[in-house]
Amino acid sequence: MTTSVVVTGLGITAPNGLGTQDYWAATRTGKNGIGRVTRFDSSSYPATLAGEVPGFAAEELLPSRLLPQTDRMTRLALVAADWALADAGVDPENLAEYDMGVVTASSSGGFEFGQNELQKLWSQGSQYVSAYQSFAWFYAVNSGQISIRSGLKGPSGVIVSDEAGGLDALAQGRRLIRKGTRMIVSGGVDASICPWGWVAQLTAKRLSTSDEPSRAFLPFDADASGYVPGEGGAILIMESAESARERGARVYGEVAGYGATFDAAPGSDREPALRKAVEFALADAGIAPEDVDVVFADAAGVPELDRVEAQALVEVFGERGVPVTAPKTMTGRLYSGAGPLDVATALLAIEEGLIPPTVNVHPAEEYGLDLVVDQPRTAEVRTALVVARGYGGFNSAVVVRAAA
Amino acid sequence: MTGRRVVITGIEVLAPGGVGVDNFWNLLSEGRTATRGITFFDPSPFRSRVAAEIDFDPQAHGLSPQEIRRMDRAAQFAVVAARGAVADSGIDLTAYDPYRVGVTIGSAVGATMGLDEEYNVVSDGGRLHLVDHEYAVPHLYNYLVPSSFTAEVAWAVGAQGPSTVVSTGCTSGIDSVGHAVDLVREGSVDVMIAGSSDAPISPITMACFDAIKATTPRHDDPEHASRPFDGTRNGFVLGEGAAVLVLEELESAKKRGAHIYAEIAGYATRSNAYHMTGLRPDGKEMAEAIRVALDEARMNPTEIDYINAHGSGTKQNDRHETAAFKRSLGDHAYRTPVSSIKSMVGHSLGAIGSIEIAASALAMENHVVPPTANLHTPDPECDLDYVPLVAREQLTDAVLTVGSGFGGFQSAMVLARPERSVA
Amino acid sequence: MSTQEFTLDDLRRILLEGAGADEGVDLDGDILDVRFEALGYESLALLETGSRIEREYGIVLDEDLLTDADTPRALIAAVNEHLAAVPRAA
Repeated sequence: MTTSVVVTGLGITAPNGLGTQDYWAATRTGKNGIGRVTRFDSSSYPATLAGEVPGFAAEELLPSRLLPQTDRMTRLALVAADWALADAGVDPENLAEYDMGVVTASSSGGFEFGQNELQKLWSQGSQYVSAYQSFAWFYAVNSGQISIRSGLKGPSGVIVSDEAGGLDALAQGRRLIRKGTRMIVSGGVDASICPWGWVAQLTAKRLSTSDEPSRAFLPFDADASGYVPGEGGAILIMESAESARERGARVYGEVAGYGATFDAAPGSDREPALRKAVEFALADAGIAPEDVDVVFADAAGVPELDRVEAQALVEVFGERGVPVTAPKTMTGRLYSGAGPLDVATALLAIEEGLIPPTVNVHPAEEYGLDLVVDQPRTAEVRTALVVARGYGGFNSAVVVRAAA
Repeated sequence: MTGRRVVITGIEVLAPGGVGVDNFWNLLSEGRTATRGITFFDPSPFRSRVAAEIDFDPQAHGLSPQEIRRMDRAAQFAVVAARGAVADSGIDLTAYDPYRVGVTIGSAVGATMGLDEEYNVVSDGGRLHLVDHEYAVPHLYNYLVPSSFTAEVAWAVGAQGPSTVVSTGCTSGIDSVGHAVDLVREGSVDVMIAGSSDAPISPITMACFDAIKATTPRHDDPEHASRPFDGTRNGFVLGEGAAVLVLEELESAKKRGAHIYAEIAGYATRSNAYHMTGLRPDGKEMAEAIRVALDEARMNPTEIDYINAHGSGTKQNDRHETAAFKRSLGDHAYRTPVSSIKSMVGHSLGAIGSIEIAASALAMENHVVPPTANLHTPDPECDLDYVPLVAREQLTDAVLTVGSGFGGFQSAMVLARPERSVA
Repeated sequence: MSTQEFTLDDLRRILLEGAGADEGVDLDGDILDVRFEALGYESLALLETGSRIEREYGIVLDEDLLTDADTPRALIAAVNEHLAAVPRAA
């Protein structure tokens, strides 16, 4: 029998709430965290809105030794990891030496740090590049820094599959626990809201150019015209159910199923692979579609991608066959942070018995979805499906359910 | 539980001085070096001006003009290596359920070369902080996210199963293959196209390693600049390249009559939780990774015939891993040949791990241990048998290959013959 | 032609900018003869500090200086030696 893997700690840094309490209070009532970019002057760019994490004072939360060597996304990740460990009641010092590892996802690394160093390189010369550049921008930095800060020597890793990567990291965390590691810090936190990151994101031609925060990111709406990027994400503490039981930990829920597929090359006549990822996740969890109480959608906000997702969900669950929600309409798309944040949100939804809403969206009839809009919906939620897709064709799905 | 066993049935390598498996192996077995003065850009402002560059013509490797345009050099390497590995394995992937064929590509620094070049343009030489989107190339998003490497490979081979990039710094190449092995073992897939690629030889990379004095300043003698385990070593030589493997479940590989290079019998990774770039001299966490990898392979330390070392040629690394070998293998460490191919092909960051797995498999294939080039001066802290200068013929049935990366990652993999008796 | 002097205050400022300060270490205290390691600065912090000093003062420090000069007093003395040897143009 395979080991059951559960989540026992959450650390959240999101554009509509810093910390689990703030985030959930905002999310359950539909508070939008999208606004005009403040981290740089976005007025000269076609896209001007973002989901920025408000009021994050790294200097109050992290030692000053870490500040010169960290990008914003690493600072957010370190704090989220601290909070998750505290929430789980885990002090790594009390564990055996290799009992705990770190698996995070990244999408584009510490891009703002990288921009600053590239600017010094090209405008002033190579001797102006920071001694920290060799790692502060790279994709492995969050796993490395979390491992060092908390003294975690177990198996670790870093997954990069754009926005699907956050779910892939949780799956890898589960895999490592099933191979015998007691606990894994997992999840993803991303941020590349800097001019250089902005320009790179623009080239994908999926950013919304609307300048109205309530009209810019409208997945499954007839007026959908792209997405708003955001920053932040969630760090989760995962451990074997047995370990959680032994130490009497509070269990948010089980990571019960996972499936991942990849779309065929553009121009192929093969069907989109998202449905398969969902089916694999359900099969892995050993459940049928009717066991799923809510779907947290990828919600690209790009009409052709919304259509693919809606079609996959209708094929699996039937027309209006399951409540679907996209709390990311309040945060923007967080890249590798999105999947873990949705998983955290699903666990909070299970806990309260309440599905948080999709905001600002008037669902287009043609999609055939029962989208939970405007108001939260009270419901018994025992099992949730979380879907995430990454640029280029990555499809991942995770099933979480209430602890047995 | 005796689970599914995973074997290598196809290999392709793009390494400096050795594009293609045959050229690569000839370079290694002849102990030649491919390090040279940097030609990609004017290196004169830099402290370190040496690198191991590949003379690579993407068109000659079958990439179309549009593929070349949209892919960073490292993505091009990955696609060429993946196609080569599939051809080498003789596998007909169209005969498989595409959802049971996956891809993992390791990369430490992604599309650094493309990002460096394009940044220079959109910022107009670093002048503009608000960089100009009107000057961005159309596929800049593919450079932003290195996951594009895996996307390109998946498209190229028609894989639709679980696919990702693994990016654990300089252990990416081992960890990517290790991740793929786990997927085959657990039964999620039948075939994995797994490897790694990096093309980091660009001004920003040279500058960031200059800043921490990690790369060698030995530019007066570039051919002999990479000196792992030598008493005069003073830093690594940056390289580039890719290696991709075809991994299959043993029984299914046998059934189709595939040539089997080696079984990947054990893999483990641990973190030192110590420092982003520094290593404690005791090698403890790498030793633990080696111990667990051997345990997974159900092998004793004495069964290891050859250690393919990380051997980067920095003072601290070579001392660190020498300690790790002694700690994990005991006396057997002194009796086992250890060598670093980085002495010949440089250190291609995330790519080198898979290149070293390929070298390890080829050492088993040929019963030849590649040498450590440029090793003339003994170092009292590095007192193992490092196979100086000349390759060695010997029965090689099991190989340990290791890596150590920024972020504190320490990884170990054991390759063995599948027909060995498994307890 | 005047030579600039590199002081403990200069070093403190550069350390703080480039590497921050460890919790529990009082940089304003008597640190001249405290080893950098005890002050919480490891090799990377010292490399960053060294390159900031080089840029700001237009000097090139010896490669081994940062490993050899293991206290503020030793580093300050070495920097001042360089500054005296290479007076800056007026």
